[in-house]
Amino acid sequence: MADVSRQTSQSQSGQSLGDIAMVPVRLAMGVIDAPLRWVQKTFGLGGMAAFFLLPNMLIFGIFVLLPFFINFAYSMTGGTALFLSDRSFVGADQYTRLFDCSNYLNPNTCAEDTFWTAVSNTGWFVILQVTLMIGVSLVTALILNRDLRARSFWRAVFFFPVLLSPVVVGLIWKWILQRQGLLNFGLFGFGFEPHVWLNDRNWAFAATIGVSIWAHMGFYTLIILAGLQAIPRDLYEAAEMDGTRAMRVFTRITLPLLMPNLLVVIVLVLIRAVQIFDEVYVLTGGGPGTSTLFVTQYIYETGFAAQLRNPGLAAAASILMGLVLVVLTLMQLGLSRSSEKKGARK
Amino acid sequence: MTRTKTMLAAFAVGLLTSTAALAGDVRIMWYSDGVEGEVLKDLVDRFMKDNPDIKVTIDNVSYSVVREQLPVQLEAGDGPDIARVTNLKALSKHWLDLRPLVADAAYWDKNFGDQADWMRPDGTNQISGFMTQITLTGGFANKTLFDQAGVAIPGKDATWDDWAKAAKQVAESQQVPFPMALDRSGHRITAPDLAFGANYIGADGKPAPLDDGSKAFISKFIGWIEDGTMSKDVWVSAAGSTYRAGADDFINGQVAFYYSGSWQVPNFSTKIGSNFDWVATGSPCGSANCTGMPGGAGLVAIKYTKNPKDVAKVMDYLASEAVVKEFSERTLFLPAHKGVIEKGLDFKTDDAQAKAALGIFVTASTGLSDLARKLPGWAWSDTIYGALVTRVSQAAAGEMTLDEAYTRIDADIAAKVKDSAL
Repeated sequence: MADVSRQTSQSQSGQSLGDIAMVPVRLAMGVIDAPLRWVQKTFGLGGMAAFFLLPNMLIFGIFVLLPFFINFAYSMTGGTALFLSDRSFVGADQYTRLFDCSNYLNPNTCAEDTFWTAVSNTGWFVILQVTLMIGVSLVTALILNRDLRARSFWRAVFFFPVLLSPVVVGLIWKWILQRQGLLNFGLFGFGFEPHVWLNDRNWAFAATIGVSIWAHMGFYTLIILAGLQAIPRDLYEAAEMDGTRAMRVFTRITLPLLMPNLLVVIVLVLIRAVQIFDEVYVLTGGGPGTSTLFVTQYIYETGFAAQLRNPGLAAAASILMGLVLVVLTLMQLGLSRSSEKKGARK
Repeated sequence: MTRTKTMLAAFAVGLLTSTAALAGDVRIMWYSDGVEGEVLKDLVDRFMKDNPDIKVTIDNVSYSVVREQLPVQLEAGDGPDIARVTNLKALSKHWLDLRPLVADAAYWDKNFGDQADWMRPDGTNQISGFMTQITLTGGFANKTLFDQAGVAIPGKDATWDDWAKAAKQVAESQQVPFPMALDRSGHRITAPDLAFGANYIGADGKPAPLDDGSKAFISKFIGWIEDGTMSKDVWVSAAGSTYRAGADDFINGQVAFYYSGSWQVPNFSTKIGSNFDWVATGSPCGSANCTGMPGGAGLVAIKYTKNPKDVAKVMDYLASEAVVKEFSERTLFLPAHKGVIEKGLDFKTDDAQAKAALGIFVTASTGLSDLARKLPGWAWSDTIYGALVTRVSQAAAGEMTLDEAYTRIDADIAAKVKDSAL
């Protein structure tokens, strides 16, 4: 920092355009030099790191940690009042109510049957959507990584839905899939019997998966594509010279070297899948019945939309959901560390 | 030091005034079923011209915002200064008592007194606001479809079964997907429940367990959904207690008989136009009576307002006889104002169908059951409506049997009663 200050104060002759452009930067550095020196003197060199991290930690504390603790406090209270001070302490009653079940696999035997229906729906959604999302994104990235004509255009086509707001995504597909929607119009035109897709439990569930893949795969494809482009070409050239089959090239070169990117994608898709809400809420509203009701919607309905809200129960459900997300994140960290260690050993 | 203190004080004052509502600012949260938002804007513009010191801002929002977001704002001690609301009783603790603020409280009592209890906390004589419209549930028939099918429209005392039979004949003959539709709403399904003899209110004033009257209609309703007589789409199109109307299907000529309410008249008049003929039918009869459910939207002042005097001035203006008359005549809404009703209205429409429909609803309003009149002012109505919608739609979707739905409705209501006591 002191060097910068000295450089700024030095008179310079024969400056280039770049040097002239740097003058305001150097002036700015000179201005902040004194306070930084004071910070270093006051807190020491180690304290500088804490000083620089402080704004971030404050934001994290206020917007993440504090709401978490407030939410936890809510989950230990009952009643319909909104302010914590107006709510009565009920201990773990809300958790007991959520777990009051004679058979967790049959939501109808649970006191909060809609919560367990939402858990079951979310579980199936995560399994199917994550698997399909990874598969489709990987295949798309592999195709887009080839020497296609108008490759940039095709990349833009697959990325475009990512730019849409989830509400717009939900509405577009609602207009396509509803009784008098575009799909039925097309089917009818070709002489097929129209079907009420969003009223059919299985089709509605499949639609939520399909729509979420359509809306988000562009983003994950991009991450995988970046990973594919980082793989050295000479490895493929060597394999080609050895006459290695395409599938073997994929399993022995592409997939192992893509694994760090795939891990990131898996975790992002997994977390996003557990939190699924917006586009599904617009598309199906959780129906037919509760067949596309997911945990986030259950929390929203219970805490905010029900005719008599229960913020305590909603808070307890969101704490449980948060725990699931923490477990998933820890799994990702464990996996990425073990893959890093394997990479280092090789 | 003194200078620093002065600067800090000035900063604090600046910060405070920047977040507080300015004196003379009145914000109205308003939703529209039809043209009433435009009519209100017109009326408010005139008010502001005469009262330049008061700035009224109308926030036009969807009905779901009023149902889902306003209650949360109110619980947080926040929200607009005035709002148009339907769950008036359940939220009554948030309304401002206008009695000491309005110019003439006796005028309010005389003209809006019949519904005052719908929107004030039990045991008080508070003036919270007034009903912008009185509504009544009732049916609508697509007359053109009935005529084309050669099926006579069932008469005044026709039962729900008569309507189901006739509507089914029409739908089969005219190849329309739904013989009947009923809004996904607890308020709507309550009308036929009461017609079949349901009683929601227990001896202790709290919700009674679901009785045979309710079960009689709900079982019939689910049976109709299963055999295709009743539109399944509206009821299974969401989870929870989300409101869904079947009006668009009726407007698109996809339903022979639609059970909704008087607030649809201006909507149909505007959107159906001359596409087909339609008539209001009143409420079909059950085994006990032929009641509909009264209700409506009220304009209430909110007690968290920073400008109660200005709010009262705006409310006085909007509740004045001339303004209520003009609002009702232009929106085709049934007014709650006694003086306006006594002097008669000249609804501003050339649509003879709309005029006739309004006449049918006015006549039907004389045949309400005592319980139907009582429910809008009962604190637990919304709790029952929510449980009914949630569980009946699950039964409609085939997720649970009727008996399971009945058990769940009682359990849901009991849990809410318990929660509210905490």
